[in-house]
Amino acid sequence: MWKARPEEKPTGSAAPAPSTTNNSTTMSATPVTAVVSAGAAAAPAASAAPRSTFVPQRQAENFRAEVAHIGKSVLIKGELSGSEDLYLDGEVEGSVDLKQHSLTVGPHGRIRANIRAREVIVHGKVDGNIAGDEKVELKKSAVLSGDITTQRIMIEDGAFFKGAIDLLKDGKSQSGDHRRELSFTSAAGSNS
Amino acid sequence: MPQFLKMFRSSTTAGTPPLAPSQERVPRRSTGFQEFTKVIQAREGLNVLDLGPTSPTNIHYLTSLGHKIYNVDVLLSSMDPALLSPGEDGVATVDVERFFAENLVFRGEQFDAVLLWSVADYLPELLVKPLVERIHSVMQPGGMLLGFFHTKDAGPQAPYHRYHIAGADTLELQQVPRFRLQRVFNNRHIENLFHNFKSLKFFLARDHTREVLVVR
Repeated sequence: MWKARPEEKPTGSAAPAPSTTNNSTTMSATPVTAVVSAGAAAAPAASAAPRSTFVPQRQAENFRAEVAHIGKSVLIKGELSGSEDLYLDGEVEGSVDLKQHSLTVGPHGRIRANIRAREVIVHGKVDGNIAGDEKVELKKSAVLSGDITTQRIMIEDGAFFKGAIDLLKDGKSQSGDHRRELSFTSAAGSNS
Repeated sequence: MPQFLKMFRSSTTAGTPPLAPSQERVPRRSTGFQEFTKVIQAREGLNVLDLGPTSPTNIHYLTSLGHKIYNVDVLLSSMDPALLSPGEDGVATVDVERFFAENLVFRGEQFDAVLLWSVADYLPELLVKPLVERIHSVMQPGGMLLGFFHTKDAGPQAPYHRYHIAGADTLELQQVPRFRLQRVFNNRHIENLFHNFKSLKFFLARDHTREVLVVR
């Protein structure tokens, strides 16, 4: 007879609705510390409207599983750290440290910062070093100028990469510090 | 007319969008690479410098051998509009000093192996000698470089290729339509270019290509 109001819908159909802020009671326990430029304040403001406090428990759990989202109009200068997964489609200058969590740089993402995270997936542009404790993925639209240190790497054809890749084995660099005197002379003879 | 010819010969396509490379990869056996592979397979933990376009295949191959890989697409970097300045005749030329201030800077890192591929044939003239000097300065004594050079039979339309490592003695060539052959080095030119190095070894391939192994 009457259509159910949105907030009365079953929790299973809750839209992801990623938020650029952490004002939700369900988002981060450790807040993302950042300086958001004044010019970019419009985007977060849109999602800064107070949420309904009438959030069923299951819906809250679903939100916890979602990824924090920084939109493409946001500019962050400074240190960005957190303890939850992050989708970053905006601009960051400084450093990004997500410890044991994953970072996805969206196609509009422009990062001029060193990145540390458990897993880093890049669609956009990064100018800085990436330390991915487990895995680093460069998608075909990725443009990376910087070094990668990780255990596993995946690079799609079309990605641009300028820098070094050091794959870690059991947390140690493969290249090592010891330098060995090379003797390749036998392989290449004198001029023809 | 000379102006027109210079434009025609110029490799610069600054401001034009990058053309999508052909998806087709043509396998090709390479004796030079086979020799190169013997060296890089002999031990782990080498520093390898790849000066060609980013190739996931190459990165996978080299890292799976336990090496640390550095990738700098020299040719693409040379076309960075920020590095181009108008010359006296109006033709844009690359600022050599700025190019080497922003590229191939490794902060004391030394390389055991360098993949030059066919970059030297397509690079702007101003960058060729300084590039080889920079490579010499960042290579370990005894380190090895693999370069491909067209023979005079290749012709000015010889396409630029990305080289993907397909095996210990096999490469896959993928055509990139963006670059134009700038010159053809003969043996003597190549020897002069690498005169600071210890030794060179030439392999003449069937496809009008000279494969050269250079030892630092």
